Amino acid sequence: MGGWVKRKSAGSDHDDDVDGKPKGKKIKKDKTLPSMIKNKEKRSEVYSKLKREKRIEKRKQAKAREVAIQRALELGEEPPQKSVPRTIENTREVDETICRPDDEEVMIVLSPDVMLFAANNADEFSGILKQEIIPKILITTNRFNSTRGPALCDELVSVIPNAHFYKRGTYELKKIVEYAKNKDFTSIIVVHTNRREPDAMLIIGLPDGPTAHFKLSNLILRKDIKNHGNPTSHKPELVLNNFTTTIGHRVGRMIQSLFHQDPNFRGRRVVTFHNQRDFIFFRHHRYIFETKEQKVNPKEKAAKDSKSKNLPQQKVIARLQECGPRFTLKLRTLQNGTFDTQGGEYEWVHKSDMDTSRRRFFL
Amino acid sequence: MQHDDLIWQVIRNNHCSYMCKITTGTFCRNLYNVTGICNRSSCPLANSRYATIRDHDGVFYLYMKTIERAHKPNELWERVKLPRNYEKAIEIIDKHMEFWPKLLVHKIKQRLTKMTQCRIRMRKLELKVREKIMTVPRKEKKREARREEKAEKAAVLDKSIETELLERLKKGVYGDIYNYPVEAYNNILEMEGLQPSATEEEEEQEAEIEYVEGYDGLEEEEDMEDFDGLMNDESFMVNDEDGMQEDNEEMDRLEQHIPKKLRALLESKSQKTDGDYAGKKPNRKGRVITEVEEEGDPKQKALLLD
Repeated sequence: MGGWVKRKSAGSDHDDDVDGKPKGKKIKKDKTLPSMIKNKEKRSEVYSKLKREKRIEKRKQAKAREVAIQRALELGEEPPQKSVPRTIENTREVDETICRPDDEEVMIVLSPDVMLFAANNADEFSGILKQEIIPKILITTNRFNSTRGPALCDELVSVIPNAHFYKRGTYELKKIVEYAKNKDFTSIIVVHTNRREPDAMLIIGLPDGPTAHFKLSNLILRKDIKNHGNPTSHKPELVLNNFTTTIGHRVGRMIQSLFHQDPNFRGRRVVTFHNQRDFIFFRHHRYIFETKEQKVNPKEKAAKDSKSKNLPQQKVIARLQECGPRFTLKLRTLQNGTFDTQGGEYEWVHKSDMDTSRRRFFL
Repeated sequence: MQHDDLIWQVIRNNHCSYMCKITTGTFCRNLYNVTGICNRSSCPLANSRYATIRDHDGVFYLYMKTIERAHKPNELWERVKLPRNYEKAIEIIDKHMEFWPKLLVHKIKQRLTKMTQCRIRMRKLELKVREKIMTVPRKEKKREARREEKAEKAAVLDKSIETELLERLKKGVYGDIYNYPVEAYNNILEMEGLQPSATEEEEEQEAEIEYVEGYDGLEEEEDMEDFDGLMNDESFMVNDEDGMQEDNEEMDRLEQHIPKKLRALLESKSQKTDGDYAGKKPNRKGRVITEVEEEGDPKQKALLLD
């Protein structure tokens, strides 16, 4: 008991010290933190009270904000600035290798970023990306596989144009690489199954392409998607989102080199690889553009109205129908050169101590 | 032969830490045991005269123990290196164990055979490529799954894909395939001070090929499930055109159907002038066509990396 009393007084001493500091600083230590109370009942009481107060505060603020917005709208002024919520993407750790290319591929535009992308002109994919070579893909599985592996391979064959599925015998991967080189393939995709579920994907670029090893998860095959569409054989468009760092760009270009560079827009097929927090989400859709009629809002500014009063506002929206499989990839290793675990030179390897910070991403 | 029996009785009946009983039998985990079974004749502790073969790094050694050295545990086991060759090894065993009990020698030779076979097999396997199983701690697996879920929620995929597609449409990557985005259309009209008229659009649409009609039909439908209808419409067009030829063909076909004024508009479009609206008949159509860049570029542009 004595010790407890002592600590409290120590706390108040601390208060005095804090008081000595600039008064602008709020003194939090007036109230004892709930975590300092040893008695569980009392502690939970105090904590729940604290939470209630916080919630009330929050609601008050939200209401005040709403009122302010309403008032501003009525008066015809600008509504007060909406505060930007803090997200993990906003607070991402700064990475020097993040590069934002100016709109087009930097080969054309000369900008300060050109040094970063100089490599792009001469990297392994430039041949395909410049449309000199047509991509030809070999898809296979690992040695012991179950039905899910080949099922995914079949779906991939329908997604990626000019892809061929070969059954894996007991050939070594290095031999497969050689075989593919002889037959003029540009990439190999190996779907690796573990415990009857595909769980990893290897993409090997040829002839000396890099090898990317991804972890596959959350696989949903086409037949399991509700209201799925059936893909046609038009060449799909590609959407690659959020590949910002150099590694990200490399991976992005690698994925790009799997597809034909002349998409058939009439086919209205889009294949998306969306990178979010180092997870690459794969989606395959058919899309369509529609115009939606919108009633003109009478409260809108007068300046615009004079011309377009007659015409009801039409908005163009895009609608998507999902077809094809859906899965997530996460990069595990990126190796320079074709598949060689022992002698290979790794560009990037995922280590567990890269996960310590929740704000650090590599792609 | 001093106290072998005694040792055996004590070990067997009370407790031997090398003995392990499993369903199939009793085994001896002692490293110097020849057969590996817990037996009166195979127990290295209960036999003062004993021999084994052990393997260090792929080299086989013959170990022998005699009663003369029973009181010197440090020097108890005499070691003889056996050659790689199987026959030669057998000869050496015979030479060393000439006067030993035949049973033991037989057991030792059997052990040698088994071990050589094992060695050959291990060598073959080393050359083959085998998958190595890397385990991932459960904590990490769960952490990854959690993060993936949150990332999926943070990436509002459908929305982001739709916005990307709309951006591309606005930039004009798709060329003339679609109707032009109406806001841009309206904006440009404001520049010109013209009135947009919805009817003009429809007229143009009807003048184009069946494709557009199907498109119109789809606009009326609310459900995506009727997408199949669209497929049928598409298949008509697909048969006729392919790739880049489409636009040209479409142009040709258009010219048959279209009234002259519109043709003039379209011809001026093909001149590919940016923002040059002077050449077009302003009032009649009021239709402004956003210029399309060279055919090579839009395709490249479609593959923007964000």
